[in-house]
Amino acid sequence: MGQTTLNIHPGAGSGGPTPPPHKDLYAKREQIYPKLAHGKFRLVKWVVMAVTLGVYYLLPWIRWERGEGIPNQAVLADFESEKFYFFFIEIWPQDIHFLAGLLILAALVLFLVTSLLGRVWCGYTCPQTVWTDLYIWVERAFEGDRAARMRLDKARWSFSKFLRKFGKHVVWLVIAFWTGGAFILYWHDAPTVAQGWFTGEAPLSAYWFAGLLTLTTYFLAGWMREQVCTYMCPWPRIQAALTDEHALNVTYRYDRGEPRGPKRKSESWDDRGDCIDCDQCVQVCPVGIDIRNGPQLECIHCALCVDACDQMMTKIGRPTGLIAYDTDVAVAARAAHQTPPKYRILRSRTVLYTLLIGAIGVLMVWGLATKATIEANVLKDRSPPFVQLSTSDIQNGYTLKLVNKLAEPRQMEISITGIEGLSYTVIGIEHEGAAPLELPVEPYGVDRYRILVSAPAGAPQRQLTISVRDVDTQETDTNRASFRGPNR
Amino acid sequence: MADEIKDIDDHSGIETTGHSWDGIKELNNPLPRWWLYVWYGTIIWAVVYMVFMPAIPALPGMGTNTTGLRNHSDRDLVAAAVADLKEARVEQSATLLEASLEEIETDRNLQQFALAMGESLFGDNCATCHGAGGRGAIGYPTLADDVWLWDGTLDGIEYTLRHGIRHDDDLDTRFSLMPSFGRDNLLSTDQIDDLTDYVLRVSGQPHDGAAADRVADLYQQQCASCHGANGQGDRTQGAPDLTDQEWLFGGSRDDIYNTIYNARNSHMPAWQDRLDDASIKALAVYVHTLGGGE
Repeated sequence: MGQTTLNIHPGAGSGGPTPPPHKDLYAKREQIYPKLAHGKFRLVKWVVMAVTLGVYYLLPWIRWERGEGIPNQAVLADFESEKFYFFFIEIWPQDIHFLAGLLILAALVLFLVTSLLGRVWCGYTCPQTVWTDLYIWVERAFEGDRAARMRLDKARWSFSKFLRKFGKHVVWLVIAFWTGGAFILYWHDAPTVAQGWFTGEAPLSAYWFAGLLTLTTYFLAGWMREQVCTYMCPWPRIQAALTDEHALNVTYRYDRGEPRGPKRKSESWDDRGDCIDCDQCVQVCPVGIDIRNGPQLECIHCALCVDACDQMMTKIGRPTGLIAYDTDVAVAARAAHQTPPKYRILRSRTVLYTLLIGAIGVLMVWGLATKATIEANVLKDRSPPFVQLSTSDIQNGYTLKLVNKLAEPRQMEISITGIEGLSYTVIGIEHEGAAPLELPVEPYGVDRYRILVSAPAGAPQRQLTISVRDVDTQETDTNRASFRGPNR
Repeated sequence: MADEIKDIDDHSGIETTGHSWDGIKELNNPLPRWWLYVWYGTIIWAVVYMVFMPAIPALPGMGTNTTGLRNHSDRDLVAAAVADLKEARVEQSATLLEASLEEIETDRNLQQFALAMGESLFGDNCATCHGAGGRGAIGYPTLADDVWLWDGTLDGIEYTLRHGIRHDDDLDTRFSLMPSFGRDNLLSTDQIDDLTDYVLRVSGQPHDGAAADRVADLYQQQCASCHGANGQGDRTQGAPDLTDQEWLFGGSRDDIYNTIYNARNSHMPAWQDRLDDASIKALAVYVHTLGGGE
């Protein structure tokens, strides 16, 4: 990609001075001092930050009544009882495919958004972006904007400098601790664990994870920042493969901007580009790149350069949008003095993603709507597969797991059919022959019963039907199980 | 190094490593410095780890591995964890000890606890010989069927577990001994051959009728005292039923001949020396529920 980019880019390569040959094997990070941008994308980022952080910090505190003895937290990943609660949705271990479906859905939505709008995930909603943005905001509050921060870093240590730096790190750590603390609230009852945490009664894992996330937040958002995106995160590499020349990306319209250069008021706009080389787009960039060099791996497409450039264009009386969300094909067409193609929302990949999202979404809603409150799973003994009894009958062993998703105890009637002359026993319960049998099932949990089924040797059928029916509600779950015998 | 001529890439202005593959050269881009610091960090960590934790294995003449300042030992941790677990189970074990075997099997809670405990105990101690789920093997009885050499009741199974089979160190062990008719020259090989046909006939398999008739009296003299006049076996002395299709040492002509000639008496250790009472009770219930309990 580098080579093509440079070919279609008159500005690239000639922009900066040729870097001197490196003497060192290891490069020091160059400190970036992003300047505060003003504009509609900056506003969008503030709003997204408020919403995402608000959701993250407050969600565990929302209550949701479910019934006696069941957690009343709206969103809870309860590892002890192996259940996941999300408002009215309850995911039991038996429903784990819903989580898989949710992950597939999330991936597909990300694919679709990327093929339409490029790397908006990176630019607006990625936790690394959001927390880094928040940390830069704190930094700005203590140390001032770009120029002031650069001055402060160069200045000699003084009480005022120490106070500013110290205050910044304290607030950073408070935010980091709040972040790590909020994380553990998702795994236990929030008020209990929050209180226990400070009175020393929380489990060790709560302290460990709160500490771990405090430190990672502080280092990743405070110190590492854009290095996480550039060196550590695999997602830019993947996302680059998902976006294409038809996707809207933050783009420098070189067809309009070049040739660039500083301009005096008296000079005419003829025979030159709109870019006046004011460097504003570079100064606001949180990853420290020059968008005018074309699409780059480091670019998280946060569009702050768009805001900065638009402001400058307005000031000098030129139309805005020198840097804007645009497609590669449109810019290339304009550069070749052709009419740019209209933006195509309907492309084969966007249609495919939409159809897949719709299909999986419908499947999941249907699955959730028809989710049963009882579930019977029959596990056949694998060893031994069967035994021959002294009566020459064949016997197979099964484990029946009865899941009761309601908070009250229930009576389940079990009936086993399918083979002529079969009889069964349930360990621990008096029962003869093949007649249906009522089994008590505990509230809100899983009961196991061990069942031994025997049938005359040589019975032609090898399939059992094991039905479980709620005596009161008549809700039924039917299972098939194989019945093994000696080969004839 | 100073007078070495640097190869600078024209396009990017960056020094190359000088390596060239098909005319493509590798730029000598530096790694980020924090990355280097992480590497230094791991080196420091390794040294600290070696000081505090066991790190160097036993070398010739050294005796044991280095233990480190923390004297950490996974083995001790496991032993402590097992002790903790036993401590935590005292209450449930106590209920197992108080309840009768029948109560354990019919009480839902006790049954679930005993089966879970029994399953893991069985996997650790019994499955090696009796197979997963008690499927059995040649010389090791199947525990999931209803054919029992000795006693398939809850109490009978518990007794067998406690005292073992032919376990020399336990006076109460279940004991029976079939003589080695061939090896000890009690019978001739011809007689053993004919007896094999007799056993085949009793169990309803293809046989030589004339040969079987020849040893009918011999069977009554030598075998009937244990295996019964009709070959139905005797559970009080652990003599197998010869009329069914279940064979501990195989039911083919060769297998039966071998058994009469050599007499194969298998052993099982007495588990009361190795397992606590609660474990033995849990195991008895587990084995009883495998499928053949009486």
